[in-house]
Amino acid sequence: MATTLPSVDVVTVGVGWTGGIVAAECSKAGLKVVGLERGQKRGTEDFQAIHDEYRYAIRYDIMQNLSKETITFRNNRNMKALPMRQLGSFLLGEGLGGAGTHWNGMTYRFLPYDFQIKTLTDKHYGPNKLGPDYLLQDWGLTYDELEPYFDKFEKTTGISGDDKNPFSGKRSNPYPTGPMKMTPMLEKFEKAAKNLKLSPYMVPSANVSEVYKNPDGETINACQYCGFCERFGCEYGAKSSAEITVVPTALKTGNFDLRYNANVVEILKQGNKVTGVKYVDTVSGEEFIQPANVVVLTSYVFNNAKLLMVSKIGERYDPATGKGTLGRNYCYQILPGAVGFFDEQFNTFMGAGSLGVSLDDYNGDNFDHSDLDFIHGGNIALTQTGTRPIGSNPAPPDTPAWGPEFKKQSIYYYTRSFGIGAQGASMPHKENYLSLDSVYKDAYGLPLMQLTYNFTDQDRALHKYISARAADIMKEMGAKTVVPNAEITDYNIVPYQTTHNTGGTVMSLKPENGVVNNYLQHWDVENLFAVSAGSFAHNSGYNPTGTLGALAYRCAEGVVKYSKSGGSLV
Amino acid sequence: MSPEKDISRRDFLKTTGIAAGTLVGGGLIGGLVGYNMPGKGTATLEHGQHGTATEETGSPKAKMFFMNQRDFNILTNATERIFPEDDLGPGAKGLDVPYFIDHQLAGQYGSNSKEYMHGPFGEGAPTQGYQSRLTRAEIFKQGVQKLESEAQNRYKKSFNDLDGKQMDEILTAFQKGEVQMSGVTSALFFTLLRAATLEGAYSDPIYGGNRNMDGWRMKGFPGHQMTYITQIEDPKFQKIEPNSLGSH
Ligand SMILES: Cc1cc2nc3c(=O)[nH]c(=O)nc-3n(C[C@H](O)[C@H](O)[C@H](O)COP(=O)(O)OP(=O)(O)OC[C@H]3O[C@@H](n4cnc5c(N)ncnc54)[C@H](O)[C@@H]3O)c2cc1C
Ligand code: SF4
Repeated sequence: MATTLPSVDVVTVGVGWTGGIVAAECSKAGLKVVGLERGQKRGTEDFQAIHDEYRYAIRYDIMQNLSKETITFRNNRNMKALPMRQLGSFLLGEGLGGAGTHWNGMTYRFLPYDFQIKTLTDKHYGPNKLGPDYLLQDWGLTYDELEPYFDKFEKTTGISGDDKNPFSGKRSNPYPTGPMKMTPMLEKFEKAAKNLKLSPYMVPSANVSEVYKNPDGETINACQYCGFCERFGCEYGAKSSAEITVVPTALKTGNFDLRYNANVVEILKQGNKVTGVKYVDTVSGEEFIQPANVVVLTSYVFNNAKLLMVSKIGERYDPATGKGTLGRNYCYQILPGAVGFFDEQFNTFMGAGSLGVSLDDYNGDNFDHSDLDFIHGGNIALTQTGTRPIGSNPAPPDTPAWGPEFKKQSIYYYTRSFGIGAQGASMPHKENYLSLDSVYKDAYGLPLMQLTYNFTDQDRALHKYISARAADIMKEMGAKTVVPNAEITDYNIVPYQTTHNTGGTVMSLKPENGVVNNYLQHWDVENLFAVSAGSFAHNSGYNPTGTLGALAYRCAEGVVKYSKSGGSLV
Repeated sequence: MSPEKDISRRDFLKTTGIAAGTLVGGGLIGGLVGYNMPGKGTATLEHGQHGTATEETGSPKAKMFFMNQRDFNILTNATERIFPEDDLGPGAKGLDVPYFIDHQLAGQYGSNSKEYMHGPFGEGAPTQGYQSRLTRAEIFKQGVQKLESEAQNRYKKSFNDLDGKQMDEILTAFQKGEVQMSGVTSALFFTLLRAATLEGAYSDPIYGGNRNMDGWRMKGFPGHQMTYITQIEDPKFQKIEPNSLGSH
């Protein structure tokens, strides 16, 4: 029997970036908030021995424990879905701060084009550019409407950047802190890009360039370029993450009760409202019911969709009929690029998670697609995040994968090679979606989330085109050997790609096109909100969290509004 | 360390047990690491404290997983073929990679304890990844024995008595998935073996491989450094003596 606890105003499921932001804003507004986090407490003080590639980057020590919960995967509906038994393609978060504890911190704003992708694509290229299998739709919110929330997220996180990107949407303010340091590698890229008449700028970084105090009074320290950033927590408190910003802000109000080892298994519903959530204390095994006036799902893309499905809220998407919105529009990203091999040596092992120079000349609709068989594109960047010796063993083509030649080449090129990478945008396709698995279960007896996903023709064309552009830049940089990334075939869940999963619980202007409205409020259940990159109707050519942070602030505003007035916010 | 401190440490362990939470500081954490290593009593704790092995403390170079020397030697020879000694420096053997792998197999890595290991087990497409019902410990045990039986089949000799070319031929057959294994493909075993070899060569020496940080030294990787803020802009390549997490 579950124990019923005293009711609160708001409960968040998960306390990463989105949960933290909602908790901070709601508790500042005087609402009583409970944050339920399935993982453990952790923070800067736990990262004193963090420079351990094997433990954190290879064995994924601070990421999701898959023995309890994972997803199943197949490339298409004719295949049997099988569990993702080990982490690989993406690295799910668990514990205070979620994936935001071990993120890189590249903090972009999606382009104005993204938010109106359907309207603008149709306008420029006619209504049939991609064909009916692609489920393009506008987001239900324009860039300009979201601008104040972008601004807010950047101020909370102290983002370091320059204002040199000519393709950026209008900004109300410059970045709160100056850009990161320039390095020899990055300078080379910048120069080559300029020679090619492209528009390089410093990657907007949540590894903060100087000590910064945010508007909530939280301090973020100056980045030390330690090279153990992506996949690691920061021992300096220099990488903006929920546990050093929004979480302490929420706790300071006295209105935030943060519970660890609390795995939510169901959203409880009565009539057309939710009444709270049920969770399991993963230490004692006890079950609790946490009643709340508002439930906010902040448990990342997969579990936001899963909790709605297992709680039977909303209509699940059926690819055969095209009906239902829950689980639809799952997107990912593709990674065009080119690797260069040099004889010159670079300090590749130094770096920071979001140290880099990038350009948007081939992103969004910033270039003409009339004669191309794809839309959108990708941000192209050279980043210097700190390569480490287990993970980085570059060798020129035709080098054997092991033995004397492999050893020699991979050691020689460890400091003499790097890749220019792009984040290729990903368009929704009717066959790519999330559903519930009918065979495999998690540790709490719930079905695993099932992912059906493959690359499409749009992806393959985009990948090839952008890889060639990256190779052009690499040649201009003077690499003696330039190897464009191999053309993509089928999506493979084994090698790491990006933790930029999107869709499944899409935001929309109309109820028939999505799961939540543009306040991230559920279309059918007014006191339920869901915010994650699952809210994205497609995935752009950037890292997601800048846009996600903005949506989380929008959502928090919605929760506060709703708590006063009730009813649908749109 | 002074004898006085030594005694208080011993008393502490006697009276409170290892799990006590109150005295957790740098020193005790060092001690706890030491406690997990083979060897005895307080001397081992000191060994952990300093992060380097000394004569009297006993060596972490002992088998925790493989039960006989033949199997351990097969592992040693196979990893040395994958990552051989050359004029740049030591290979897998000289870096203690086999001990690293052996110790990893005895722990969480070997038992896949943070991975989803529930059935039903299906073969799956390559895009669906690891689907074996076997743990890594089981795969390595079988794999090493298969290296031996393959050597016997082909050359009527132990794997350990083959010349390098013959070993490579067998390893290549494993890599291509040509050797029949049970519950797993030989290609997957080879992928694990290759990855574990590189992990042993390049992980922090606290795990028992990368002996003397020579893996890092060959590669020009400085290991654990607190900061590069004063060097990151420097146009010159920086040669930095490596540092281990075990050396503070
Ligand atoms: C290696 C890496 C690098 C990255 N780099 C970048 C980058 O440079 N730029 C960028 O924009 N993005 C980056 N990302 C992505 C970024 O980390 C995510 O977009 C962001 O953290 C998502 O925030 P979230 O709040 O939606 O989810 P999370 O941060 O994952 O938080 C969700 C939380 O919910 C908890 N939870 C889940 N299910 C339950 C449940 N049933 N009950 C209770 N709690 C639950 C989880 O434990 C977790 O703590 C990176 C990610 C990774 C892994
Ligand atoms: S690179 Fe900077 S932000 Fe990242 S972990 Fe190191 S010091 Fe922290």
